[in-house]
Amino acid sequence: MQLVLTEDQELLAKTAADFANDHSPLARVRRLRDSGDPDGFSRSLWKQMAELGWLGIPFPEEYGGAALGLAELAVVLEALGRKLAPEPFLSSVLLGGQALLLGADEAQKRAWLPGIIAGESFLALAFQERRSRYDLKRVATRAERAGDGWRLSGEKIQVLDGTVAHAFVVVARSAGGEADPDGITLFLVPSDAQGVRVERQQRVDARNAALVTFESVALADADRVGAEGRGGELVERAVDRATVGLCAEMLGSMSEAFDRTLAYLKQRQQFGAPIGSFQALQHRCAELFISIELCRSAVMAAARAVDAEGAEAARLVCLAKARCSDAAIQVANEAIQMHGGIGMSDEHDIGFYLKRARVAELSFGDAAWHRQRWARLGGY
Amino acid sequence: MADLDSFRAEAREWLQAHAPASLRGHRVDESGGNWGGRRAVFDPPEMKDWLDAMAERGWTAPGWPRAYGGGGLEPAEAKALGQELAQLELPAPLTGFGLTMIGPTLLRFGSEELKREHLPRICRGEIRWCQGYSEPDAGSDLASLKTRAERDGDHFVVSGTKVWTSYGDLSDWIFALVRTDPHARKRQEGITFLLIDMDTPGVSVKPIKLISGKSPFCETHFENVRVPVANALGKIDGGWTVAKVLLGHERTMIADVFSGMARLQERGGSALPDLARKYLGGDGGIDSALRERIAQIEMDTRAFHLTVQRTRDAAKAGHQPGPESSLFKVFATELNKRRSELAVTIAGPAGLGWEGPGFDDGELARTRSWLRARGNSIEGGTSEIQLNIIAKRVLGLPDAR
Repeated sequence: MQLVLTEDQELLAKTAADFANDHSPLARVRRLRDSGDPDGFSRSLWKQMAELGWLGIPFPEEYGGAALGLAELAVVLEALGRKLAPEPFLSSVLLGGQALLLGADEAQKRAWLPGIIAGESFLALAFQERRSRYDLKRVATRAERAGDGWRLSGEKIQVLDGTVAHAFVVVARSAGGEADPDGITLFLVPSDAQGVRVERQQRVDARNAALVTFESVALADADRVGAEGRGGELVERAVDRATVGLCAEMLGSMSEAFDRTLAYLKQRQQFGAPIGSFQALQHRCAELFISIELCRSAVMAAARAVDAEGAEAARLVCLAKARCSDAAIQVANEAIQMHGGIGMSDEHDIGFYLKRARVAELSFGDAAWHRQRWARLGGY
Repeated sequence: MADLDSFRAEAREWLQAHAPASLRGHRVDESGGNWGGRRAVFDPPEMKDWLDAMAERGWTAPGWPRAYGGGGLEPAEAKALGQELAQLELPAPLTGFGLTMIGPTLLRFGSEELKREHLPRICRGEIRWCQGYSEPDAGSDLASLKTRAERDGDHFVVSGTKVWTSYGDLSDWIFALVRTDPHARKRQEGITFLLIDMDTPGVSVKPIKLISGKSPFCETHFENVRVPVANALGKIDGGWTVAKVLLGHERTMIADVFSGMARLQERGGSALPDLARKYLGGDGGIDSALRERIAQIEMDTRAFHLTVQRTRDAAKAGHQPGPESSLFKVFATELNKRRSELAVTIAGPAGLGWEGPGFDDGELARTRSWLRARGNSIEGGTSEIQLNIIAKRVLGLPDAR
């Protein structure tokens, strides 16, 4: 594992940074929020990203992908993260797309992956429930055999980009009790199927999330993704991939929030001096710098380990998410504090970074969750 | 590549022929190994033969020029030699501040005479060096140092006190910062970097006991010590530049030491989860709060190692060193403090032993390491000084008026 960008990756980083600067100023994110945009992102920008080949990065060529990996996708997501670009990489390319890539049969993959990669169809992974918190295997949504097929009932919360999804990959319980680690099965459910209800949820970061209910939705056995009862591992692997993507995004947004704060400290005058000359603030900035650098190492390592499907992959995902969760919120809190009063005003952009940091921190497991998981994977 | 392979093969063959067989797999701890010097102790005695054979070949300082007793190897060859030594489980033939600190500084700043006088003796392990920087009233504010060196013909007459001179009582020469111009415009400008033979009349050394007990640290007194002016390294009154470069070597070395120590502890069974199992008895005893504290330390250690690796990989790919290396010293030492503290917490009452019955050796050592580790974030530049450096040099934050 080499923790350095290749020339191709450097080039990709540059392209992505230029794209983000040109097409995604913070004003765009603010407009999406203030106009109450129903999608919460830009479909035309999404198409442009598809044309650049970014949506196909973590997919094989046979489906129209670029046959690259998370190491490359991370570079793009970091650059977009700097500008808080809300386009649906996490939901469609990572959570939904990777669940299909890892678990679906050939017919399902051929039906969905080319459309996702082209930016024409959207997928969402419906896994979180009111009582599941971060436990991917705590599932109350039930799938019961009905003739040759299944009947699906339950409720999923905060389904990312749920209102635009053409289909949901739904994590359901086909056997056992709610907290049973086994007996979980995944299904591909079209969003226009009878009994599916989708309602936009408003979260603090204003991105697209939905409350999705399934009321006795009739499914064929061909709608099942992966083996019956083996969905637990599948959803874990898909979420791990998405977690690496989220961490890369967090790395970008915390770096940008920090850079903006440093610039402010050099410019803002109080007591006749730039406030960045005060040691009380300098040491805290140095601590933030250290946190961000350690995040970068962890994110690069996790992306490469997951790409190589190495034995240590899951632990490195824990490391990256625990580090990024702590650092993102540390940086965002300090960014507000160091901006002082102006940092509290909605007119200033820095508050957007705090809100997104908080959502990212508490998505796919917070720092404490991933430290416990690290310990469990290490046998203690 | 073919050249490197043939060098590697040659080196391996030579090592197999010349290394004393009894030293294969011989482990040395932090203060063990060959430190050389006039009062060198060789344990076991074969360590002397090993030192002499390697010095003869120039491989105690493989990267230094042959003219000064080094091996004249390219960096890739020196690395290959290190790997072969590790492969054969052979201890380093020589260690100490001559090789790691004053040697590289002499190579960069020394006159031809000084290099010819000192480097070969360092390579052969004949002279052991110590460092005279800090003073009782000049710690973090090193530039306020007061040890005086007054010119008297072709000699300086040195008077003052240096403190925290590691292994001062076992060393032969000291490289010291002395004030040659007390009236300089800026305090940094009147300082000279001086090499002093500790056998000169007027030098006396007194060991310092720490909160953790016995220590290698000493206080070194100079009373009218006559030192040839020719022993100044770099320009007279221009020693601050030399001193700063050497501090860079020191901080890299400290980070390496902690990086290595963490690995050894993990392999040696003193990993925190093992301690928790020993003192708290498996799953039942380790509650979720403690589990998380252990995981935090383990994960921070991993993130630190990955950051060191990232720097190394970037250097191999031909990039300039990134800003991340400035965090090594502060993060590694603070982490070591937290780790040693948690180790004692896990041991509970068994972590409180100072000496005597009722505690095993591991427990007593753990208590002492915890106490000793408090100093890690003070020696070699305090954590606060490291944060100042990051704030100013990396982040470009302005100076206070």
